[in-house]
Amino acid sequence: MSLIEAPRTPTRGRRTGGINWEKWGWIYMRASGVVLLVLIFGHLLVNMYLGEGVKAIDFAFVGGKLSDPFWQVWDGLMLWLALIHGGNGMRTLVNDYASNPKVRRVLLIGIAASTIILITLGTLVITTFDPCPAGADPALLASICEGR
Amino acid sequence: MPEKSASNLVAEPQSPPKIRSPKRPAGTLYRGKEGMWSWVLHRITGVAIYFFLLVHILDTALVRVSPEAYNIVIESYKTPLMGLAEIGLVAAIGFHAVNGLRIILIDFWAFGAKHQRTLFWVVVGIWLVLLAGFIPRQLMHVFGG
Repeated sequence: MSLIEAPRTPTRGRRTGGINWEKWGWIYMRASGVVLLVLIFGHLLVNMYLGEGVKAIDFAFVGGKLSDPFWQVWDGLMLWLALIHGGNGMRTLVNDYASNPKVRRVLLIGIAASTIILITLGTLVITTFDPCPAGADPALLASICEGR
Repeated sequence: MPEKSASNLVAEPQSPPKIRSPKRPAGTLYRGKEGMWSWVLHRITGVAIYFFLLVHILDTALVRVSPEAYNIVIESYKTPLMGLAEIGLVAAIGFHAVNGLRIILIDFWAFGAKHQRTLFWVVVGIWLVLLAGFIPRQLMHVFGG
């Protein structure tokens, strides 16, 4: 009909059936965003605002927090929700700005790989963390380690 | 016939929309004002927070190495320079969070879409209040002996 292709013509044909991943990604960004607002503001309140703020953070501080199941769940949720939220956001930017298909592919694989690696690393740290490691300097440990 | 069916679907505007003509030729550069700048800031703050998140997971993972290794790295977060950078980080998180709520209001609420420009300044207001609470506290922690 016309020589000029219609604007926003999809390079790949229209999706027919199956799961609409882009829709679920869109929903995820909003749902996780609201939860992250609560989790991260709470994280900042406890770690950066209350008490001595950033000056109070050391191994004993983290040991005291991560020996409590409440903070294990809090930090675990924050890890998963934030990394997937951030990774999906970066995917959006790469899709918008990386016009070279090869560059785009490398960047998308990089985002996916770093998301998977860091979620695995962070989950292992939270689940296997020992706040009172054997042989450590007792002065560096949380008060819960006394008498062990 | 087509006119009639169109008017059934689209409500007639009450008054003509106010569009001021530019004083000088505006060129072809897109000028989206508050809507565009909130979008730009959302992207920039999002990228900044993302790269901090990558570093922050790695530095926290040092608790699994040794208390000494973690303490050495976390000390660098308490220096004056990093103390100021943390204000920038909290400012980025604060904007991204509150503007994210604005995006949700625009997406799910007709009022939000209609008043997105006003909502941007509401976001800026809430953001300033958050920073007014955080900045003095952070400066006390980092520089207050």
